[in-house]
Amino acid sequence: MTVPLIQMENAQLHYKIGNAISAMMGLPATVKAVDGVNLTLNKGESVGLLGESGCGKTSMGRILVRLEEITGGSAQFDGQEIKDLSGDALQAFRSRSQMIFQNPFDAVNPRYSIRKTLEEPLANARIAQEEWQGRIVDVLELVGLGDPTQFLERFPHQLSGGQLQRVVMARALILKPEFVVADEPVSMLDVSVRAGVLNVFRDVRDRLGLTAIYISHDLALVRYVCDRTIVMYLGRIMEDGPTEDIVHAPLHPYSQALVAAVPTPHVDQSHDPLPIGGGAPDPRNPPSGCVFRDRCPRAQARCAEEIPLPRPIGTRRVACHFAEE
Amino acid sequence: MAETLLSIRDLSIAYEVGSKDVVAVSGASFDVPQGTIVGLVGESGCGKTTMARALTRVIADNARIDGGAMQFDGQDLAALSERDMNALRWRDISFIPQSAMNSLDPVYRVEYQIIEVLRDRGGMRKAQARARAVELFEMVGIDPGRLRDFPHQFSGGMRQRAAIALALALNPKLVVADEPVTALDVIIQRQILDQLRGLQRELGLSVIMVTHDISVVAYICDRTVVMYAGKVVENCDTATLLNEPLHPYSMGLKNAFPDLQSAGTGVLTPIAGSPPDLIDPPKGCRFAARCPFATDLCRNTEPALTEAAPDHHVACHRASEAAVLRETAKDPATWGAVT
Repeated sequence: MTVPLIQMENAQLHYKIGNAISAMMGLPATVKAVDGVNLTLNKGESVGLLGESGCGKTSMGRILVRLEEITGGSAQFDGQEIKDLSGDALQAFRSRSQMIFQNPFDAVNPRYSIRKTLEEPLANARIAQEEWQGRIVDVLELVGLGDPTQFLERFPHQLSGGQLQRVVMARALILKPEFVVADEPVSMLDVSVRAGVLNVFRDVRDRLGLTAIYISHDLALVRYVCDRTIVMYLGRIMEDGPTEDIVHAPLHPYSQALVAAVPTPHVDQSHDPLPIGGGAPDPRNPPSGCVFRDRCPRAQARCAEEIPLPRPIGTRRVACHFAEE
Repeated sequence: MAETLLSIRDLSIAYEVGSKDVVAVSGASFDVPQGTIVGLVGESGCGKTTMARALTRVIADNARIDGGAMQFDGQDLAALSERDMNALRWRDISFIPQSAMNSLDPVYRVEYQIIEVLRDRGGMRKAQARARAVELFEMVGIDPGRLRDFPHQFSGGMRQRAAIALALALNPKLVVADEPVTALDVIIQRQILDQLRGLQRELGLSVIMVTHDISVVAYICDRTVVMYAGKVVENCDTATLLNEPLHPYSMGLKNAFPDLQSAGTGVLTPIAGSPPDLIDPPKGCRFAARCPFATDLCRNTEPALTEAAPDHHVACHRASEAAVLRETAKDPATWGAVT
């Protein structure tokens, strides 16, 4: 039985930019960080959000843990509109949804010991103090910092990047959330320790049955963590489907370029030129119609006039007028 | 085999930290053949960036070259006077930094900065320099109309291209690139790598490419030098490194790296532990504490970098058993046992 935990309908996050003068000059007044996104995420499901910087993947994550509020449409958590939560309901939501941040060195207070780092959320959520020690020991065990006595009284600078990212993960998990957003959690770590953090993430998610969003620009990492992948471009969903399908046979021209661009640790990989050129356009001034059309090798007149909405094709949703070709 | 352009022998670089020395690069040796791209890989703190900067002799104030030689085109870069070194910079050896935003001056137009190099270092006249700047922008795929822009008007990819243009301005023989694509999105990264490779072939350049990403190495580098805790631990052509590594650290790196080309996702295996503190490095092999194959010999005696197979240098006591170790290294349990 699949029960949706996250539901977004036509969700928008438009940032206001500029001032009175730029408005008089007719410059755009908003950046559409997230625009018209529909997404259902069932309990226990995890999905990778994939895209280049500025595609809106981090904004999506921040909306879902309410670090940002949507400016249009709807984003619900367990049937409740996230932006309307207040008081006790908001407090409960804060315990149930958590974020793991990108840079562990920025995400913790350097003056807090690891104990204090982990106690803070417990205090905020008004957990009874008798429970603290037990919870802290359990959660450190969970993230693979086996001997808690060894870490509790230390400070962030005394830990390696990999250890610190596990502490950040422990802090996100200590309130026993159901839903976790991980925003590029290993991009700051060395390759040799990355694998360990990824393994802990996968393991913890499976053991606790978490619903999770894994944000990354690296398809190889997303593939390792998530069975489902959503490819985003300029605030919109381009393709959504089983990760293996996207890796082996991407349907959207943008996904095709992303897959082709990922280098692999093999000498005999393809060096063919990419099907697309350039970089993402200025998000203040996206093209009309399909936001990807000015880089798209398949673009036709229709793409400039009509925004392609994600539509079902087999196991996937694809936002391209010509996805079947 | 191509002629050797740069030959580094027994190079050591130390940082003075308080009253102690941190030897960031310790007795490193490797060659850069003419017209090849050599990858310099390793984790943060392994000395790869220090090494790269030493080649242009732009090192931190508290760093010093503590012995060894860098023979470049008949001269020892380690022994040159500052004045002679300065004559080589840009003209013979140039540098592409990791973050091009930090290398372009935000208050000057990009054109001015390129022309400055061309006039100052290349002795060109203004008109000549202008024409060359246009040519350079065309070469790296930026519209020359953007020359009059300020750096902040460029996207990340354009800035990195501009940095490449600047590095190629005076036709150097050697370009040292420090993680030139690390901060970029995957599509731009691929475009820049393709561009760099194309220009390298066209101009017959030699490139040293510092990176932590072995898939970047696999994509673009002819040869690879693996560094660990200030030491060169393996040095061979890239195909050999990826298919038949001799050093356990190289084997471990490959296990830890996700591979989009593989049939399934498999299991990534981390290398447990972290690199040693370089203020007080261990007396034996520096990788021994993290190595599943370490013996008492490894913990007590430092292995020398030797040519274990033709053109394949490795610093490991057990290199002769590598074929067997490679098979054992594929099993994740092998790496779990290390404490």
